[in-house]
Amino acid sequence: MPPAISPTVQRTRRKIRANWNDIAFSLSMPLLAVLFALVVGAVILLLLGVNPVEAYAAMISGAFGSVQGITQSIAKATPLLLVGLGICIAFRASVINIGAEGQIILGALGATACSLAFRTMPSWLLIPLTMLVGFAFGAFWGFIPGVLKARFGVNEILSTVMLNVVALQILVAMLKGPLMDTVGVTAGTFLPQSEQLPEAVWLPKLVPTTLMHSGAIVAVILAFVVYIFLWRTTIGYRIRAVGLNPDASRYAGIRVPGYQALALTLAGGFAGLAGVVEVIGVQHRLLEGITSGYGFSGIVAALFGGLHPLGTIPAAYLFGSLLVGADKMQRAVQVPSSLINVLLGLIVLFVVGSQYYARKRAARRASTSVTTIVSTEEAQA
Amino acid sequence: MNNVVLVGFLAGAISFATPYLYASIGEMFSQRSGVVNLGVDGIMLMGAFTGFFVALNLSPTLGAGALWLGLLAAVIVGVLMGLLMSVVSVTLKAEQGISGIGLYIFGLGLSSLLFRVTIGTVKTVDGFKPVPIPVLSSIPVVGPALFSQSLVVYAAFLLVPIAWFVLERTTWGLKIKAVGQSPAAADSLGVSVNRVRYVCVCLGGALAGLAGASMSLATVKLFQDNLTAGMGFIAVALVYFGGWRPLGILIGALLFSTISSLQNFMQVLNVGISPDLAIMLPYLLTIIALMFPINRARQPAALNKPFERGES
Repeated sequence: MPPAISPTVQRTRRKIRANWNDIAFSLSMPLLAVLFALVVGAVILLLLGVNPVEAYAAMISGAFGSVQGITQSIAKATPLLLVGLGICIAFRASVINIGAEGQIILGALGATACSLAFRTMPSWLLIPLTMLVGFAFGAFWGFIPGVLKARFGVNEILSTVMLNVVALQILVAMLKGPLMDTVGVTAGTFLPQSEQLPEAVWLPKLVPTTLMHSGAIVAVILAFVVYIFLWRTTIGYRIRAVGLNPDASRYAGIRVPGYQALALTLAGGFAGLAGVVEVIGVQHRLLEGITSGYGFSGIVAALFGGLHPLGTIPAAYLFGSLLVGADKMQRAVQVPSSLINVLLGLIVLFVVGSQYYARKRAARRASTSVTTIVSTEEAQA
Repeated sequence: MNNVVLVGFLAGAISFATPYLYASIGEMFSQRSGVVNLGVDGIMLMGAFTGFFVALNLSPTLGAGALWLGLLAAVIVGVLMGLLMSVVSVTLKAEQGISGIGLYIFGLGLSSLLFRVTIGTVKTVDGFKPVPIPVLSSIPVVGPALFSQSLVVYAAFLLVPIAWFVLERTTWGLKIKAVGQSPAAADSLGVSVNRVRYVCVCLGGALAGLAGASMSLATVKLFQDNLTAGMGFIAVALVYFGGWRPLGILIGALLFSTISSLQNFMQVLNVGISPDLAIMLPYLLTIIALMFPINRARQPAALNKPFERGES
């Protein structure tokens, strides 16, 4: 006669099994999304008379086939991850932040102004200070829609979209005015860009002669910080509670608008930091196209990472690689790099479209088995 | 200010308002039924490309008729994009703000991909010719500015009273408003909430496609990557700005287009403010307008909320 298994052990085993199912499920969705996007993309390419196999092969070998490709991917993944971390915080609080583009610009502006103002400072002081200032500038640009939402009920989707345009106009005005490179003025080119920043503020390279800079490490560390913040602190818990069920949170005495405003402010700060690393890590000056659309592709990375800070790390790397691969593909086989946006758009549509199914599945499982409630809640949260 | 400049400025304001009007009126129908479609800019880009592509390739054989076919093609593509948005956000009940961003990125990428593969370089088309309205167009200044535009421009302004009529005086308008205001009540009375939303989002898509084609065929008369440069997002904002009513949208569209046109003439007129800063004004005004409760009270109650039978 086999030894009897105590009910507790049974329950634990079932719980573990349920967890594994959930993990497999939550991993399969993003992979399906990529597969779906690649297939639809291939059909579009075929219709255009382009060989999709050749295009995808060039994209993959461009992104993963060389040290240069990999380091470039990491350099591009860094701002994506930072934006994505902010998006995780905001979306967890049910605040739809579309304003990362503008927040990146503000962060970049702050970083430029700070490093030019304190150009004589030593690196160890100037770099952290610049990052703080950039974070604060970006946070300010998230704080505005946050307060507008909390105090006046202004829809954040709308105000953040508006503030993107305002930020862009401020950037253009600054680059044509006070921040314009004096070299360009004397040479008569009047390029809308700032002067080169002092070398003291340049982020050290992780691999010499590549684009990969130490901002990548900062971003990964921050991903863990955001994870701990959201899941191991009271404020983080409240932010998630507000997003999961605003009514219940209100009854529990949580000031819902305040936490939503806080989430937007933090989201703005992280997007601002993305602007900082672009300026002091890659460009070493402020340019008009400083955002490179990271404000939107960062949303895709966060969604793809399941709105989880740690999940966003591989997601950001994947999309950084895709961006690099697309550029190389354009040069190697003359397939326009805009293909990447087609794929990103499809991935977003697939991921948000499949969430309904995922929610239904979670609800079904929760109602059929009491023991899985905990795990499905964890999967949801 | 001399008359030539004044005419140019006014005519510019009227033609800049055209794509805003099409796209915003379309988005108004979508939002009145409860769906925020943030992908308008992507649909506009697809419409602008499709219309341009058809006109460019067919005009040697068909002449002016190719332009109309271009508009038709843009409308069809707009409906298809609207259908994609409906499937994701109505049937699959996705968060509308995010699916709209997905649709935008998709349209931005696809229009650029198609353009670079099929056309490649920036080309222009003759586009729609101005059709002066008899008598009215001979009024000094106002005549050449307002009444010597193309049919596509007039139609955009005609759309305002038509949209009002459909919303306020037809059964369909009533159904749309009911579905946007109280989907559960509409459902209990036998109105198919999802069908009304599909129709409205697709209508919004059709008009957004038309908005794009009105740029590439009637006002700007060319296509390039990201031709709209975010105008579709402004079109969405105008719906809020206009309090979800056609007349309010008309006022908002004219405000934005006037300031855009003013920006072009600022150097000529030597106005004291930087044009880069002046262009921010309408955006700030939109935010301020949303701070007044009266504007929010007009918002459809079920906006941005997917409908699920059995949930209140």
